[in-house]
Amino acid sequence: MSIELRNVSKEFGPVAAVNNVSFSVKDGELMALLGPSGGGKTTVLRMIAGLEMPTSGDVFIRGQRVNDVSVQKRNIGFVFQNYALFKNMNVFKNIAFGLKIKKWNRPDIQDRICELLKLFGLEGLEKRYPHQLSGGQRQRVAIARALAPKPSVLLLDEPFGAVDAKIRQELREWLVTLHHEINVTTIFVTHDQEEALEVANRIVIFSRGLLEQVGTPREVYEQPANEFVARFIGVMNVLEAEVQGGVARLGELAFPVAGAAEGQHLRIGFRPYAVQISSDLTQYRYHAVLRHTFFLGVLLRVELELPSGLVIRARMSKEEYANQGLGDGCEVSFQIRQFRVLAQEQAALAAESDLSYQPPPVLGENI
Amino acid sequence: MAGTVTRKTTVGHRASQRGTEESPVIKWLLIAVALAFSAVFLLLPLINVFAQAFAKGLAYYHDSLWHPDSWAAIRLTLLVAAISVPLNVLFGVAAAWAIAKFEFRGKSLLITVIDLPFSVSPVVAGLMFVVLFGLQGFFGSWLDAHDLRIIYAVPGIVLATVFITFPFVARELIPVMQATGTEQEQAAMTLGANGWQTFWHVTLPSIKWGLVYGIILCNARAMGEFGAVSVVSGHITGQTDTMPLRVEKLYNEYNAPAAFAVASLLALLALLTLGVKTYMEWKQAREYERSQADSEAAKP
Repeated sequence: MSIELRNVSKEFGPVAAVNNVSFSVKDGELMALLGPSGGGKTTVLRMIAGLEMPTSGDVFIRGQRVNDVSVQKRNIGFVFQNYALFKNMNVFKNIAFGLKIKKWNRPDIQDRICELLKLFGLEGLEKRYPHQLSGGQRQRVAIARALAPKPSVLLLDEPFGAVDAKIRQELREWLVTLHHEINVTTIFVTHDQEEALEVANRIVIFSRGLLEQVGTPREVYEQPANEFVARFIGVMNVLEAEVQGGVARLGELAFPVAGAAEGQHLRIGFRPYAVQISSDLTQYRYHAVLRHTFFLGVLLRVELELPSGLVIRARMSKEEYANQGLGDGCEVSFQIRQFRVLAQEQAALAAESDLSYQPPPVLGENI
Repeated sequence: MAGTVTRKTTVGHRASQRGTEESPVIKWLLIAVALAFSAVFLLLPLINVFAQAFAKGLAYYHDSLWHPDSWAAIRLTLLVAAISVPLNVLFGVAAAWAIAKFEFRGKSLLITVIDLPFSVSPVVAGLMFVVLFGLQGFFGSWLDAHDLRIIYAVPGIVLATVFITFPFVARELIPVMQATGTEQEQAAMTLGANGWQTFWHVTLPSIKWGLVYGIILCNARAMGEFGAVSVVSGHITGQTDTMPLRVEKLYNEYNAPAAFAVASLLALLALLTLGVKTYMEWKQAREYERSQADSEAAKP
């Protein structure tokens, strides 16, 4: 266990930016702290670094409790959102800063910098100053600077936030490659769920200071722990249905739920890809009008409007769409292959003083 | 450099063709008024100082300055500046650091207090110290018992000067430090740098222009202060007369050319200060322009 947080909270006055969070990071793992702005993820990162102190709870790095260890002594590398390069130093001096502080001798510093310049594709830029570099170059210098003293953990705060979208994609791939080569435990903060899914080994999802779920990208996508995660990761259709006779109903839709109390209100969620559409109106049990088509490149997203006024989102490939002869305004039949009963999010649970019925996660098939 | 597009500012040329400009007549009239004002109230008096200083010839000018009492005044002024400027640099950097980098209760109070010397009349400031440290003052009996003289002695002059020039360095540094933010320092800390190393390698280089500017302003005022120093010094010729006080004394003794001779040194100091300030602003603008051009060129 490389890093562990136990019941960590951080309060700024009356506001709890981080509320009783516990999770651990494995050695060599590439972990994402994901969540909307203000969720507490950057504060958690800074507490691991030592730039903030927890109000309560413990932070462990390599088994050692580091609450009282200063940031200088924690042997971590931190990359800030805006890079925070030393403006008055050139690239060489920036990267060498940590080594100079640690009193490495000149030749060793020289070797290490050369090694890093090559690894990061920054050769020839040593004498340049930060203002003479492009955004992508600055970011690589920032990461090189953090990695130069060989820290045990690398922490990145929204590393791809300040860069153009196209470059962001390249940098994401580059980060994964880098992590393979260097194999340092790495934690990065992002609000982009696509990025987290693509890059991380495991994801920790935060919302309003609370930990909503920890899991691999596949786990959080296919088995979201609650409604917040379900909505945040990917696209999700979420409906509120009332249980009548063992079936949760809303409008025309009926979801069989075993063990649910009569009259209960449940939150039902299903992914767009779980919706199967056919132009043959007799094939599936539900009917709808195809209201709008969104072109997403390889896939198409379609909006279906039901007679009751409900709108759900579905996804299909271009071929399927063309084969069925679909278009805006078409009448279609559809079925929902898979759905989940969604638990309440932690933040909502915390707000309620008395907890109402919590349904077990139910996976329904072919309704 | 091939391939780079240089953006020249063409404001002057284009602006006059926009509809929002006043007619050229108004524009030149305003400029003429400003120039005339500056000439009459600023330039003429300055030129007059030098004219009057050399009224009795070069030899008299030379003798006036080398008179032992005048020379003592020059030495005292230099001494006071040499003590108060470094002290205020220390206070200024510490205060600016505290204000720019931290949140704490009483921060706005501190900012107000820093501006106090600007709002208080220098005579009142001097009087403050007399009330505190004079023989009849708050600490008077204690000082007398320990045979320490502050008022009507050099320490008093230093104190008064430090008070008056206190805001200069701080006010120059606060906006600069606030603009730089704390991230670079935090980055240095994550790399293992302690407080002093962070200050020396990261903070100081980022505030160098503001610091130099603050120092030269502080120095100009430290050497030229009259009101507060006049109250606390006691005007003891040859001992507690600074240059401004000496100028007044010579003038009151009807020795105008000698007074203007000493004054011309102060005027030279003023011109030098202005010159350094202008040079630094020019250098800073050039650095900024170059960094803008480099940022443009570096975009992929």
